[in-house]
Amino acid sequence: MNMWRQNRAFVGALAMLAVLYITYNFMHPRGFSTAVLVQNANEVVAIAFVAMAQTLPVLLGGLDLSVGAVMTLTACVASVLVNGSPAEILFGMAATLAVGAAFGFMNGVIIVYGRLQPIIATLATGAVALGLALFIRPKPGGDVDGDLNWALTNSLWDLVDTYGLFDPDAAWFQPIAWIPVPLILLFGIAALVWVPFKKSVTGRTVYAIGSAEGAAYMSGLPIDRARIAAFTLGGFLASCGGLYLAIQTSSGNADVMQAGAYTLNSIAAVVLGGTSLLGGAGGAIGSLVGALILRVISFYFRIVSIDPLLQPLIEGLVLLAAVSLGAIRTLRVKNRLELFR
Amino acid sequence: MTKLFSHIKPENRPILIASAFILVILMVGTAFTLSTAGTAPLLSPGYVLQQLQIGSFLGIVAAGMMMVILLGHIDLSVPWTLTAAAMMATAVGGDMAVPTGLAVGLIVGLVNGLGVAYLRIPSMIFTLGVDSVMRGLMVAHTGGFAPQDQATPFMRFLAAEKVLGIPMAIFVWALVSVIITIVLTRTSFGRSIYATGIREGAAYLSGIRTRLVIIGAFMMSGVCAAIAGVLLAGYSAKAYQGMGTPYLLPAIAAVVLGGTRILGGQGRYVGTLVGVILIVLLNSVLSIMQMPEAGRQVIYGSVIIGMLLVYGRGTKVTA
Repeated sequence: MNMWRQNRAFVGALAMLAVLYITYNFMHPRGFSTAVLVQNANEVVAIAFVAMAQTLPVLLGGLDLSVGAVMTLTACVASVLVNGSPAEILFGMAATLAVGAAFGFMNGVIIVYGRLQPIIATLATGAVALGLALFIRPKPGGDVDGDLNWALTNSLWDLVDTYGLFDPDAAWFQPIAWIPVPLILLFGIAALVWVPFKKSVTGRTVYAIGSAEGAAYMSGLPIDRARIAAFTLGGFLASCGGLYLAIQTSSGNADVMQAGAYTLNSIAAVVLGGTSLLGGAGGAIGSLVGALILRVISFYFRIVSIDPLLQPLIEGLVLLAAVSLGAIRTLRVKNRLELFR
Repeated sequence: MTKLFSHIKPENRPILIASAFILVILMVGTAFTLSTAGTAPLLSPGYVLQQLQIGSFLGIVAAGMMMVILLGHIDLSVPWTLTAAAMMATAVGGDMAVPTGLAVGLIVGLVNGLGVAYLRIPSMIFTLGVDSVMRGLMVAHTGGFAPQDQATPFMRFLAAEKVLGIPMAIFVWALVSVIITIVLTRTSFGRSIYATGIREGAAYLSGIRTRLVIIGAFMMSGVCAAIAGVLLAGYSAKAYQGMGTPYLLPAIAAVVLGGTRILGGQGRYVGTLVGVILIVLLNSVLSIMQMPEAGRQVIYGSVIIGMLLVYGRGTKVTA
């Protein structure tokens, strides 16, 4: 019962996603096919990673306005480095992720030791990240390894086939051969990075800071370390999004508007996924689900005949309606003072 | 020196440092132009007035944004409120153009205020939603193209003409500034904004109708964005898609650089004024130096961080 109460927002988001996506597949002429799943999976990866990155500052009770810019910066880095021999490709990928983590670390250090509000500090570092991205890629373009692009943006069958790992038509392989690689990457990193972090002392401290920073400090929790770790992990997750975007599009583009759009959508995804903007409650898996919901809504426009000019309006109204669901809480409040937190 | 410094009230310190930094930018820029071209355009009145004319759009947006930030909220719906006001004003045209634009701002502000004050949705996300709804409405209205409607002569007069050698836009900015200053320092509404920003629960128990205060502040922000939109449409002769987007983050930065606390409850309007001038001047010096966009962004971000590290630091957590 307690479990259910704590995760009500997350379970709601999950149910919403399931209903939306299953209905979508029923309405789609080629629904429930690998091709549709692969295409959809490719479109959700970048925003899902950025939304997970945004979750950490939000759990601390802040906001990171630089996640979209860090994603753009790392995509530009990847578009330069991820090509050549297999060793060079691996080095390029590692370097891209390191740039993202380093940028997040820098955010954390500025916020902790500079004692600045995250929202305003990251507003400024976001501009710095975009500037660096423009240095690396003054014009859109790039050269990402073609095999890698094909292998990572299709189903497992294509991954095995591209690199000739083993016979992709082997009987034992068929039950899982249809799974899209992007989804494996997304859920794999969520499971291997986020879940252990959440269970660690540092991760728990992040939640404690978001609930009551003073109490966390008095309990002897390592609040400075947790803050810096949270921003570093945020930078790392944003760079996962950037790396994937670069591999998917085979290019990098220092697009200011795109960076802003990703940042704002990530906030919406975090809220949809049940993380409180006040901090201390929620999680990156929820944000992942929130990002999926945002994208699935936009998928509908392809199969439902709506005037394309009305699409942005409907997207906006759906977003506004979804966040307004949080207002139900105010109807249950008996003491009006509780509203003013 | 430090003794002298400590006599200054904490809320005035950011304003003084930002002003000093403006002088530094002016000196660096002038030194640069003197050494390369042998002239000092930054010190000529004509150039300064032209920069202030361009800066007036940002200044008016920042003035409205400050009302909301003083409450500890934020208004992310500014970009498309500004654009919608400009598009509606040019679409209606005639004598009703400017009132229509301002009405758009008032309505958006009212919706924002209702959502934040009554539905209790964090302003960050609610205004973001309102922004995308406004964008959707404008895409549906214009068909996704730049609207062909021209700005009315009165809008052009307000934004681009000069009176007594001074651009009208600066007079509009000055008028907005005077009104905001009076509201903040001389009215009970202004006092209520500060009180609500410090602790809403305490303000409520003291008999302040905090919900109305929040709605009022958001409506002021909406109207300010609308004024800026109408002026900008007059200045460029027409409205266009995404015209408000470049104003959101600089407006927030200007308010914060001027010493307004991002968590609300503290800040003087003079500071916002100084913050706007600082950002406008920084941009113009960088463009005089023909700094590429990449370097501009890096310097812009570093300056904000650097200045905040000097005076924007919070208190250490102790309990």
